[in-house]
Amino acid sequence: MSASAVSTVTEQAEVAFDPESIRGDFPILSNVHPHGRPLVYLDDAASSQMPRQVIDRLVRYQTHEHANIHRGVHLLSETATLAYENARRSVQRFLNAREEREIIFTTGCTEGINLVMHGYGRKFLADGDEVIVTHMEHHSNIVPWQMLAEEKGVKLRVAPIDDQGELMFESYEALFNERTKFVAVTHVSNALGTVTPIRRMVEVAHAHGVPILVDGAQAAPHLAVDVQALDCDFYTFSGHKACGPTGSGALYGKAHLLEKMQPFKGGGDMILSVSFEKTTYNVIPAKFEAGTPPIAAMIGLGAALDYLREIGLDRIAAHEHALLEYATARMSELPGIRIIGTAREKAAVLSFYVGDVHPHDVGTLLNEEGVAVRTGHHCAQPVMQRFGVPATARASFAFYNTFAEVDALVAAVRKVQQLFG
Amino acid sequence: MDSKQLYQDVILDHNRKPRNYGRLENATHSSEGLNPLCGDHIWLHLHVTDGAIDAVSFEGQSCAICKASASMMTAAVKGKTVLEAQTLAEEFRQMTTGHLDPASDPSHLGRLAVFSGVKDLPSRVKCAILPWHTLRAAFGDKNTATTEGDADPAGGA
Repeated sequence: MSASAVSTVTEQAEVAFDPESIRGDFPILSNVHPHGRPLVYLDDAASSQMPRQVIDRLVRYQTHEHANIHRGVHLLSETATLAYENARRSVQRFLNAREEREIIFTTGCTEGINLVMHGYGRKFLADGDEVIVTHMEHHSNIVPWQMLAEEKGVKLRVAPIDDQGELMFESYEALFNERTKFVAVTHVSNALGTVTPIRRMVEVAHAHGVPILVDGAQAAPHLAVDVQALDCDFYTFSGHKACGPTGSGALYGKAHLLEKMQPFKGGGDMILSVSFEKTTYNVIPAKFEAGTPPIAAMIGLGAALDYLREIGLDRIAAHEHALLEYATARMSELPGIRIIGTAREKAAVLSFYVGDVHPHDVGTLLNEEGVAVRTGHHCAQPVMQRFGVPATARASFAFYNTFAEVDALVAAVRKVQQLFG
Repeated sequence: MDSKQLYQDVILDHNRKPRNYGRLENATHSSEGLNPLCGDHIWLHLHVTDGAIDAVSFEGQSCAICKASASMMTAAVKGKTVLEAQTLAEEFRQMTTGHLDPASDPSHLGRLAVFSGVKDLPSRVKCAILPWHTLRAAFGDKNTATTEGDADPAGGA
């Protein structure tokens, strides 16, 4: 950076973290050329790409370490078990959980929420009890609670959001009453990018003696998460959105809650003893990990979280924030662009409308320019209904994205406007 | 394929100025079409006399591919018999799923051949085919069409 006093925010951010220094870690970014153009991958909120460090870890596991875990006494089984449990420690460090046994491996965020619904909701909630969610949840934090509502007669209460996509905090507070028995809310909205005031939301829930689950699918890979500081009771996220493999993920739960919950799935590894008369369940976390898990996926997840920690979540968040600000400013310069989700505190998600062009047409034409964005309802149809649109185009950024890629997005959107002019 | 070939002038023109758009008084057949993945949602109205479609209109919200497809479909089936329209629907389905090439195979598709390129964009086939599913629904048992399940052009849910 020049010593000039007129340096821009963009330049300062690039000094703090230069994505070019790590783009070489991601083979796919240079291997793929949609329509002969460089890949501009802006669909990180749907799934992030995997660095060589994680790919290599998976290869090493499959070529040198694989066997079933927690079973044999032979070398490979012990090696695999050690690697699997080391991955659990990586998750523990990543979330700053107090204890390793508070980390349950899951196939992703969706399974984590379903586990809590079955393990806690079905055991402790009854007819007339209420569960609070927000209007900005994605389907995986709505549907499990609706299933519980249908089965138990539990009522779902929805905290509203305003026109910017921010939680209406006083309305959230007002939903609590003596029937409120559980809260399940997102940390970051996948469709709007809104970062919720999660610490305060936890405080309100606890002031009413109600446990709270935080859906961290969009938060975990993008900002530093400290479950002890948040004091949430459950925190769940997906590995594939955090540079790890699909089929990996984790649920954090406070030990005293996990211990009193019922198992989600029955099978091997989650038992202490089995007879046809009685089965004694294993202690946590094994109680919730029935059967042979996706061992390789979880080991890959551990490697991914170690990789992110090495770069530094604060540097990642700062760079992504600079990308979002730059993208928001550049897109706002174009005529007829409507940005959906303008909360004061946002993660690097930019949902937008190009005039009256349908988002699917936008997505197809951006792909023509090598730019990959998500189009559709983002598995968050209530959010779409709230803003009166059937779908949006969504650009979402990761730490490996560059300011030049934002420029490519803007140029491609211009071409759409010209075509539909 | 180059998707700009798909977004040709004729499709952009029908998107901008859809033909036969709006409600139809005294419709004898009506149906609704929904593509849940895309959010495309259209209604089709027809007036049939002695087995012939003498009036047709559509309305709703959809992407350019779906709207242009609906617009061109209404223009194509107006004046045709129900049987001829159903034949055309089947030919359109075969073309957009890659089983009929209007350049070499005999068909009645005519100008509808501009949609042949959609077969190379699997995620957009449903957009083009929805109006035709909706047309079939208007003459079938159900008056609602979707692009999912048995009607999935990719062959199953």
